[in-house]
Amino acid sequence: MELKLIFDKPKTMTDTKTYYCPGCGHGILHRIVAEVIDELGIKDSVIGIAPVGCAVSAYDYWDIDMSEAAHGRVAAVATGLKRARPDAIVFGYQGDGDLAAIGLAETIHAANRGENITIIFVNNATYGMTGGQMAPTTVLGQITKTTPYGRNPSRMEGYPLKISEMISMLEAPVYVERCMVTSTESILNTKKAIKKAFTLQVQGKGYSFVEVLSQCPNEWRMLPVEAIRWVEEEMTKIFPLGVFKDKYPEVK
Amino acid sequence: MKELIKGNEALAESAIIAGCRHYFGYPITPQNEITAYMAKRMPEVGGVFVQAESEVAAINMVFGAAAAGVRVITTTSSPGFSLMQEGVSYIAAAHLPCVLANVMRGGPGLGNIAGSQGDYFQAVKGGGHGDYRLIVLMPAYVQEMIDFTILAFDLADKYLIPVLILTDGIVGQMVEPAEFPKDYKPNFYDKSWALTGAKGRPRNIVRTLWLDDYGVENNNIKLQQKYARIKAEVVMYDEFMTEDAEVIFVAYGTPARICKSITKKLRDQGYKVGTFRLQSAFPFPEYRLMELALEKHVKGFLVVEMSAGQMVEDVRLSVKDYKPVNFYGRMGGVLPEENKIIEYALDMLKGGVEIH
Repeated sequence: MELKLIFDKPKTMTDTKTYYCPGCGHGILHRIVAEVIDELGIKDSVIGIAPVGCAVSAYDYWDIDMSEAAHGRVAAVATGLKRARPDAIVFGYQGDGDLAAIGLAETIHAANRGENITIIFVNNATYGMTGGQMAPTTVLGQITKTTPYGRNPSRMEGYPLKISEMISMLEAPVYVERCMVTSTESILNTKKAIKKAFTLQVQGKGYSFVEVLSQCPNEWRMLPVEAIRWVEEEMTKIFPLGVFKDKYPEVK
Repeated sequence: MKELIKGNEALAESAIIAGCRHYFGYPITPQNEITAYMAKRMPEVGGVFVQAESEVAAINMVFGAAAAGVRVITTTSSPGFSLMQEGVSYIAAAHLPCVLANVMRGGPGLGNIAGSQGDYFQAVKGGGHGDYRLIVLMPAYVQEMIDFTILAFDLADKYLIPVLILTDGIVGQMVEPAEFPKDYKPNFYDKSWALTGAKGRPRNIVRTLWLDDYGVENNNIKLQQKYARIKAEVVMYDEFMTEDAEVIFVAYGTPARICKSITKKLRDQGYKVGTFRLQSAFPFPEYRLMELALEKHVKGFLVVEMSAGQMVEDVRLSVKDYKPVNFYGRMGGVLPEENKIIEYALDMLKGGVEIH
């Protein structure tokens, strides 16, 4: 019988074992990004930017040119890289603390300038790296290390920031979608979104943004299966999935 | 041929001459001429001008462009440079080359927009976190705005380090005759470390984080070895009538010009004074100052700054206790007074009294 290889590690992934916790969404998303880079044949021209947060060592896992950035400054570093290397495909990979708290100004302004870059935004409603503090996207009532009584707007702890909605209000961005990575179907859909975001950049169309709701069972104090359910049932109530902006629906 | 040029614009055009095609900046007085000049000039030469949303963003755009291996500059003034410190620490840690300019104004706080020298500590001792240094060049003339800016790009590429042009609002706003070089060509510098997309080579990573036991210490050792090399190779200063001087003024930037003109005036009256003008603060000319301190004819040094006394600490560290080091300064954008400097110098010539 002839053996046929039907599943393999993407070329863009290194052999390094990830240090992500069991049940974490980052591993799935890393693989999606790697598959997309492989499929688009851009491994030789892509430059990634790792955030400060759980994905800080992303360059250990992707076999591509990569830079670190100071906490929150991915969009600014991406701007500098892309302006210096307009032919490179530049993407940032950021969590909710990095992008939506400390880096909100850089995020909004890079989007508003219409930088021809791709930002992948991993929203798990908590600070994973520092041990589970409140994120800008922490949902109401959610217990974290810094909202031990549950996030409560009447204590002026604010409301979850809806970043995809905010970015889609701007004129310049060409594509904004929110996805998740909880099931085969949602994973395939996320891959489609990320592929489209990269493709738009390859075509020089402008700023693309994909938010991915991601499970963090460790900091949520849940079993991985419960965490998946929580994304699907609770997070999507506040962060509805879907395409928020698409100037080029014909691009797949 | 010399032409009349404003200091800030001289700096901007020199960056273009040096082959810099990437400018990221945020408006702040008294350096706004640079931002405006670049906005107009960069498109003419096919370069990139981005008005950033903040100095924080600007310095991180510089990080990105530097990581991509191109010549890049940002310019600012004191409060803006404070905002950049985080990014400067990262750029230094990542061994990235870039040129920065701080056209200093009065501080602390929002201060004012007059020329000042209150940022010496921040520039020279490391304003951000960690054990890092910048090469710090200090122009006092429009001509030096040109020469030092061009030199800064070469030093940055040679040593893979951020180079800071530390000047003051007076030099930045001053118009005087100066000349651009006609045939400048940058040397070849290896940029195989740059992020360009890993085509036909193993991937490059620009990083400042190491979580293993000795990673960060090893990077620190690399940095310190580089700084030792720079100390041996780059130190810059200008001596004026120090060969037989009994009292030596030590200054940089605008106060150094005042000291030089006082030197001439006092020499005409028969007083043996001289001026030691620092052109680089890192590396600091510590050996030359020590040599001067050991000269029999030198009674002491008078450090003049537009600050509460910052560089004077480094002069004292260099001279040790061999000769008295006195200080006179004005703060918050006020110029040191010529008659005060003369008064202190004459006191020192008479008896070497301590003045503070």
